[in-house]
Amino acid sequence: MATAFVSRFARQLPVRLLVLVLLVIVVYPLVWLLLGSFKTQDEFLNGSTWALPQHWQFSNYSDAWTTGNLSTYVRNSVLTVGPALAFIVLFGVAAGFALEVMVWKGRNAVLLTFLLGIMVPGQMILLPLFTSYFQLGLTGTLWPLIITYTAIGLPLTVFMMATYFRAIPREIFEAAVLDGASMLRAFFSIGFPMARNAVFTVALVQFFFLWNDLLIALTFTNTSDLRTIQVGLLNFTGEFGQTEYGPLFAAICINVFGCLALYLFLNQKVMKGLAGGAVKG
Amino acid sequence: MDRVLGDKKTILMLLGPALLVYTLVMLVPVLISLGYTFFEGNAITGFSFVGLDNITRLFHDPDVRHALWFTLKYAVILTTLQVALGYGMAILYVFALKRGSGVVRTLLFFPVVLPTVAVALLFQKFFEIAPQTGPVNAILNSLGFASVDWFGDAGHAFVVLILMDLWRSAGFYAVLLYAGLVDIPEEMLEAARLEGAGTLQLIRHIVVPLSMPVLLSSLVFSINGTLKVFDSVVALTNGGPGSETTPLTLYMFQTSFSYGEYGYGASIALMLTVLCLLFTIFVFRSSRRDVTES
Repeated sequence: MATAFVSRFARQLPVRLLVLVLLVIVVYPLVWLLLGSFKTQDEFLNGSTWALPQHWQFSNYSDAWTTGNLSTYVRNSVLTVGPALAFIVLFGVAAGFALEVMVWKGRNAVLLTFLLGIMVPGQMILLPLFTSYFQLGLTGTLWPLIITYTAIGLPLTVFMMATYFRAIPREIFEAAVLDGASMLRAFFSIGFPMARNAVFTVALVQFFFLWNDLLIALTFTNTSDLRTIQVGLLNFTGEFGQTEYGPLFAAICINVFGCLALYLFLNQKVMKGLAGGAVKG
Repeated sequence: MDRVLGDKKTILMLLGPALLVYTLVMLVPVLISLGYTFFEGNAITGFSFVGLDNITRLFHDPDVRHALWFTLKYAVILTTLQVALGYGMAILYVFALKRGSGVVRTLLFFPVVLPTVAVALLFQKFFEIAPQTGPVNAILNSLGFASVDWFGDAGHAFVVLILMDLWRSAGFYAVLLYAGLVDIPEEMLEAARLEGAGTLQLIRHIVVPLSMPVLLSSLVFSINGTLKVFDSVVALTNGGPGSETTPLTLYMFQTSFSYGEYGYGASIALMLTVLCLLFTIFVFRSSRRDVTES
């Protein structure tokens, strides 16, 4: 009995070690980052990199938030990603419904056109958009970001929602129509609520995608007041003149652990959504 | 019924907004960008027609050649490594950890949701040599080696870049491929085991062929992402030292916005798009051949 247990343990040992190594590689840098965000400049330059913070300097966080302008950057990110996400979901779900539930000529061609957009690199649309926003006088506001984000998020959203509506029997909507509802009513009272889980997954994927974007944000933010959190973080050292390790680490921490908290909170739905999408693709 | 399901006004109301935004902000700009390749200048100075000059210049520009080579090297190496590592992890989840893999899967997925800029800054400090000695150099020192200036030359910077992007993305491909592997029927594996197949044989003859579709979509997805690499490079090395680690995307960005050459920038963007198309077609074609052979 004991030997059986020992041999089973020995057999599983390599696997356990491997998992342990993987976990350390993934988790340790994050722990190091978190500990670093409480250290003083002196501890960074003269102390051991493995050491714990001597006297936890919480002011790093307030420095990052105020002197480092992180509050402005977070506000800008929220003000662009929020509206863009709302537009993407509303337009994308409606389009998916029109393309899959409604019956008309040419809908496959339109769906295919949307699909093409998934592959086109952002670089392909930057220059004409930059010119147009400049001519329309939108430069200097957050509108170029909101508009571009909406357009970039649409192809995947339309595609995923069309795939979702394909699986719903059309009879449900036909029954609603027989009961006297218009198709518009059928969409808002039946289609949209039914797709709630799929909408949630799509919105989440798009949120992380837009929140983490650098290319679009870097192109259309010409002043420091307009910087999103990623652009702000990229220029963070400049706010202090030299590398202030504590505030920099605190700023990275706010960005990293904010995303992590959101992910953990919504974890199960993300995993389910990813797995569902992968099988279909 | 068909009259209601095909009601033009409703279709227009539901599809209209999405189609309008998509057309104005994606399709039309793509066409204008194609038009730009025949011009020189920018939004502020105005444009002048130069014919095919930009395209010819593409083929003679040593910077483009360098950026193209860097992009290809990065894309092929990273795609291979991230799909291979993700596949290995997926196999670990399904066959070694089995039901208990939930927590490990969640933890190893952490880096995927983190902003690239934040991760790049973290890696910069993690591999730093001075003024503070980062953990990687501290380990080297304690093993008796001298510190390495990881961002001082192209070779080392490339290694850090690949390591960082592997760290960021392996968990994603693991979950993606895991979804394909759990669909393999348990009876099939059991039957093969009864026939005396070892773990490696099992993987080679049953698991790999059956997970081919999801493996291929991962490859297509991955190559399309790695060819467009921008965030990681900008935040980690900003193309340096010199322009040693500059991919096409960053070169296009610099040409357009630092030097104001929209026409040439659009030409580089076009080259990138063609590259993505070619690789996607290539992966799909080679997959079709595999299927018909077996």
